Amino acid sequence: MMRALRALVRKDLTLFFEDRRAVVLSFAAPIAIGAFFGFLFSGGGGGNAKIPVRVADLDGSSVSRAIVAALEKDKALEVKSATSADEARELVRRGKATAAVILPKSFGEEAVNAFFRQTDKPDLLLLRDPSHTAEAGMLRGILTQHVMEVVSKEAFSGPAGLRSARQALRQVSEDKAMAPSDRKDLTVLLQSVVNLQEHSTSEKTEALGPQGGIGVPYDTKEEEVTAHAGETYNGYAHSFGGMALQFILMASIEFGMGILIERRTGIWKRLLAAPLHRSTLLLARGISGALISLAIFLVCMGFGMAVFGVRVQGSWPGFLLLAVAYALMASAFGLLLAALGRTPEATRGLAVFAVLILVMLGGAWVPAFIFPAWLQKATLLLPTRWAMDALDGVTWRGLGLASALPAVAILLGFTFVFALIAAWKFPSEEG
Amino acid sequence: MAPLLEARRLAKNYGTLRAVEEVSLSLEPGEILGLLGPNGAGKTTTVSMIAGLLAPDGGEVLLMGRPPSTNGAAKRALGLVPQDLALFDGLTAEANLRLFGALYGLGGPGLDRAVKEGLAFVGLSERASSRVKSFSGGMKRRLNLAAGLLHDPSVLLLDEPTVGVDPQSRNAIFDVLEDLRSRGKAILYTTHYMEEAERLCSRIVIMDHGRVLAEGTAPELASRLPHPTRLVAELRGGGDGEGWIGEVGKLPGFSRVSIEGGRLGATVENLAEGTSALLAFIASRGLELASLETQRPDLETVFLALTGRELRDA
Ligand SMILES: Nc1ncnc2c1ncn2[C@@H]1O[C@H](COP(=O)(O)OP(=O)(O)O)[C@@H](O)[C@H]1O
Ligand SMILES: [Mg+2]
Repeated sequence: MMRALRALVRKDLTLFFEDRRAVVLSFAAPIAIGAFFGFLFSGGGGGNAKIPVRVADLDGSSVSRAIVAALEKDKALEVKSATSADEARELVRRGKATAAVILPKSFGEEAVNAFFRQTDKPDLLLLRDPSHTAEAGMLRGILTQHVMEVVSKEAFSGPAGLRSARQALRQVSEDKAMAPSDRKDLTVLLQSVVNLQEHSTSEKTEALGPQGGIGVPYDTKEEEVTAHAGETYNGYAHSFGGMALQFILMASIEFGMGILIERRTGIWKRLLAAPLHRSTLLLARGISGALISLAIFLVCMGFGMAVFGVRVQGSWPGFLLLAVAYALMASAFGLLLAALGRTPEATRGLAVFAVLILVMLGGAWVPAFIFPAWLQKATLLLPTRWAMDALDGVTWRGLGLASALPAVAILLGFTFVFALIAAWKFPSEEG
Repeated sequence: MAPLLEARRLAKNYGTLRAVEEVSLSLEPGEILGLLGPNGAGKTTTVSMIAGLLAPDGGEVLLMGRPPSTNGAAKRALGLVPQDLALFDGLTAEANLRLFGALYGLGGPGLDRAVKEGLAFVGLSERASSRVKSFSGGMKRRLNLAAGLLHDPSVLLLDEPTVGVDPQSRNAIFDVLEDLRSRGKAILYTTHYMEEAERLCSRIVIMDHGRVLAEGTAPELASRLPHPTRLVAELRGGGDGEGWIGEVGKLPGFSRVSIEGGRLGATVENLAEGTSALLAFIASRGLELASLETQRPDLETVFLALTGRELRDA
């Protein structure tokens, strides 16, 4: 028994290690993918991308300008300006910016006033892309820090602060409802602020910030920018889209392998012996591959819609065009494998590896915005990246047909190139 | 008049390997031409060139005296039955035939009829709607044959159509081929089985290492041999030759000595000398001779004489 067992195990190991390519892939694939995610989540490789933020300063006061300047200096942000809330909202919806900060009219003055008295706080509008939850948290913190810094500095040293402190002093002394001890303390505090402001511009006073009745001088009104106001973000849209894209490519591999297997049996000979051109055979394969891919796409997204409430918030024609273009690209990819591959065994492993890399870098597993900036740029060479972004666009971002067209064009371009190489490289003889 | 199908000095190289060199053959209606040779002789390569699947490195193929047209008429005139089973396992027998018929432009009632007749022809009507993967090897071979006949080609190229089949299926296939011959089809029959070529083929081309070694009817080929005769003696009292069979092999001019069930066989260079030597040996051993016959050499002998090798071990 032991002898047989040993012999059987040895046979399996020999056969496994015999196939060099399979061996390399079995070890290389987990290493490559593991390294990639490690790199991604440990912020390696030149640091994470800055968060792209649009700021609309509708106030234009010294306070609001100082806030904008502070945000611009922040290393974590890449700040660009916007002229209106609507423009900013559209940019976030398109995914051009992760978030937008809208400082409304007279925000500066109201915030400084509210610094001493927690009433009538102005609203700061934060528009954010709902798929970027982590960045939103970070942005909230950064905003609070900069607004507090600017407003408190203004409150303790700027003219608006002096005005505001005097006014607050008056209000405190007139406020009958306030407990006498509170009134006494606040009066002392505000009086010293006024005194301080009157003969000095010392910045040490900032230390007073957290004391007394002083607090965050504004409210944040957050808005998730989705297809329509009031619509909530559905994370399944991205995950179902991503998995559809991945498994369509996986199916294409099997499709290409089917051709290689047919070529090994006599079937391909029989097909070529018939009065047909080789291109008819390849075209037929391309069409059936595309139909299968399309079916996978529609069933997968249809399931997401039926069960998880995924919606095409944007353009249906765009969604369908993307589906068709991606199906054609995947089918041509299968033909390419069949044209370049020698045997199914040798080709399959390599193809699976290529597909995993394609979908991973395409942002199908984790969205591409998590990638470092250079990688976000580099992955624009991949059809999967275009498909994924455009699919996000027409589903939960609610973008129109025009947003999908560049991706459709690029997918069709890849289809064309793949098909061309396949037709060119496909063996013309069948011995 | 030009033959229906002619191959002239076909050649094909795979790298430095000369798989086929200067192979010529011709085929007439109502004829089964045997292309006989061991594995690796170049038979499949030759058939592939004739079927238009491989471009020859030299020579040409003529169909009705002309190079095959590229518009499909030539391909329609040919029916190929590949050596490797060319069937979709996951489809039923009928679906397979429908597909292959459609590739030749058949459709509608014409396709229905062709499929039905094809299945009946190879005795698979009852299994029409079974998937091919459930078929035995012999059934698959028969369906493989039927698939090449659907479009009623005038020339059939059969590449080892009986490999690995049971004797019953083989006989069924032979009946089909003889029927086709009687209907005037021209058939190129590739095989490495001597008996098949001898039984079925009107003419035989013997190939080895990519070259044609001889061509003719089976008797013609045999008569060309310098040492054509085989003696078969039925003996009593000698068992199966224990102790003395080796000595028979040492008799002058004797080769390929065999004994089975008391039947002693030997190929001799000269019939008269061989016969008297054998009779003398039998007498000296005190064996009883029950019968003695001479056989015309079979193809096995021909092949051995041509190549110095036995076909089966080749
Ligand atoms: N595609 C090919 N590439 C390289 N060598 C081949 C190829 N096909 C056949 N051969 C070689 O050509 C020779 C003839 O093969 P083949 O025509 O298949 O012989 P047969 O059909 O008589 O068994 C063999 O030596 C075989 O190994
Ligand atoms: Mg062969």
